Amino acid sequence: MNKHMTGIKQEGFWARNRKSGGLLLRQEGKKKFGSILRFLMLFGLCFLILQPVLDKISVSFMMEKDLYDTTIIVVPRNLTTENYTLAAYLLNLDTSLINTTIISLVTALLQITACTLAGYGFARFEFPLKRFWFACVVLVIVIPPQTISSSLYLHFRYFDILGIFTKLYGAPLNLKGSSLPYLMLSMTAMGLKNGLYIFMIRQYFRSIPYSLEEAAYVDGASTLGTFFRVLLPQAVPILVSCFLFAFVWQWTDVFYTRLFLPTANTQYLSIRLSGLAESLRTYVSTRLGIATPSVGYTMQMISTGVLIVVTPLLILYLFAQRFFIESITTTGLKD
Amino acid sequence: MSIKRKSRRTIRTRRAISGYLFISPFIIGFLAFMVAPMIQSIIMSFQSVSLSAQHGIVKTNVGWANYIYAFTIDPDFNQMLVDEVVRMVTHSLATMVLAFMIALLLNQKFKGRALARAIFFLPVILSSGVLVGIETDNSLISGMKELISQSNNINFGNALFGLLSASGVGTPALEVVNNLITAVYDIVMASGIQIVVFLSGLQTIPRSMYEAAEMEGSSAWESFWMVTFPIISPLLIVNMIYTIIDFFMKTDNLIMEKIHEEMFINLKYGFSSALSWIYFAVAITMIAISAFIIRQGVKHYE
Repeated sequence: MNKHMTGIKQEGFWARNRKSGGLLLRQEGKKKFGSILRFLMLFGLCFLILQPVLDKISVSFMMEKDLYDTTIIVVPRNLTTENYTLAAYLLNLDTSLINTTIISLVTALLQITACTLAGYGFARFEFPLKRFWFACVVLVIVIPPQTISSSLYLHFRYFDILGIFTKLYGAPLNLKGSSLPYLMLSMTAMGLKNGLYIFMIRQYFRSIPYSLEEAAYVDGASTLGTFFRVLLPQAVPILVSCFLFAFVWQWTDVFYTRLFLPTANTQYLSIRLSGLAESLRTYVSTRLGIATPSVGYTMQMISTGVLIVVTPLLILYLFAQRFFIESITTTGLKD
Repeated sequence: MSIKRKSRRTIRTRRAISGYLFISPFIIGFLAFMVAPMIQSIIMSFQSVSLSAQHGIVKTNVGWANYIYAFTIDPDFNQMLVDEVVRMVTHSLATMVLAFMIALLLNQKFKGRALARAIFFLPVILSSGVLVGIETDNSLISGMKELISQSNNINFGNALFGLLSASGVGTPALEVVNNLITAVYDIVMASGIQIVVFLSGLQTIPRSMYEAAEMEGSSAWESFWMVTFPIISPLLIVNMIYTIIDFFMKTDNLIMEKIHEEMFINLKYGFSSALSWIYFAVAITMIAISAFIIRQGVKHYE
């Protein structure tokens, strides 16, 4: 039966092709050619993105002598997990992993709370100077934090609110060396890329039909009640994805972390990773008595370190991929 | 009783007040941690600032000296600025084209589309924060790299470049193209968000529009320029601005490194503020120019 069916189809194709004067074949051929071309391009580009990661994975399992063996390209001959042990030690993995997780979770939570409030305010309320304040949000997106970093740094180094602390303690407070400044920034939607989150969340709220809230108001719900019980459940996807963005970007951030968080007594993955080459050098010279580690070995350790730092994010991405991509798709980013 | 009191304020003022309450965290943050430091930073860029244990911050006014120093005395700032702007223009154009092409590809139906999308978005994670340029970050390796590139210049790209420039193709244009080819990895890594934005735009185009175009006898190429492009064009501005900002804020770009170095290693707070304001002015100008050009180009579709 099945064979018979395909037989008819096959015949049909050539017969139809003859009838159309070869047009059908040309069309089909074009389609096939297009899809092969598309496959090649996509494969090439995907390979371009994945290759460094795959390369790092293969290198991270090699012993140092494998690096100099020209017969070894991808598969290590002397399989070892030594690199991971050493990289974990150099990253100070236990403490820095816990610290990074905590700070990423807390700041992401605070930032998204502040951004959600602001986004809702901009999406649903009419108030004087609304356009002005929204222009300020755009300004926050546009101004690189580096521009104000020096004065922000001094601002927190000699922190004071209207001279209150100078009166109380005789001198302004030094908030450098505590995580308070960064928490304050997060609470007020001034953290990493927060302008963008406000923008995205506002777009999302605008796409929710207003009749939902009207119904709630008619039923006698308060503004806050409506916000929490009607709007927030609707906005869960965008909130989750903004949260994930905030989490991931905080995880790998060095700029804010170096500027505002106390790095002297606590450790963060991103900071440790950026200093990995230096700590490897001191480790090698103090433990093994060699002046400097070889370039190849340093690269190998950096690759291993990068993998360790990125792995939790990749796992997160694997499970929450939908949220990352759909968020941007649904906000539309237009208008 | 309470109803009476409430009714004294109109619904409109009540809504306005709640609106302000909702955005109040942002307003506080903006005023305290954006406007205040901005003003301070502008002032500081006209000052020479030094920190001392006894006196705290000591500031002395120096007028335009920091700016003049940046442009006339500092040995590498001018060159860096020109380099970065050129790099930004070429890179962001290439990013836009590439992102648009990839979005078009990913918008078609084929097996493994979800996987391809997931991979193209991966750079958003893989090229964030420290992960950018970590391999070239330490002095040992960058020194080594220079040595390698000096001693061994027989790779394919260089060979092709040599051949083409010998055959008399205009060298400056060729150099730009060559740089782009070398930077294709960076460009792909920087276009994750843009691809998704374009993709979201492409998905809003109803299938029926293409069918109608086909009925009218337009080829695929024509319906791309007549249907796809006009609908996508508003997203060009969004993406261009995002790309430029992203480029300017990357921590591995030369000027950012210089600003950071002046501030935290040389402790020249005033000078580094001046540098960052110059840089910001350049960035804003570039954004304004590109938004203007795109808007002019897009106008006749609207």
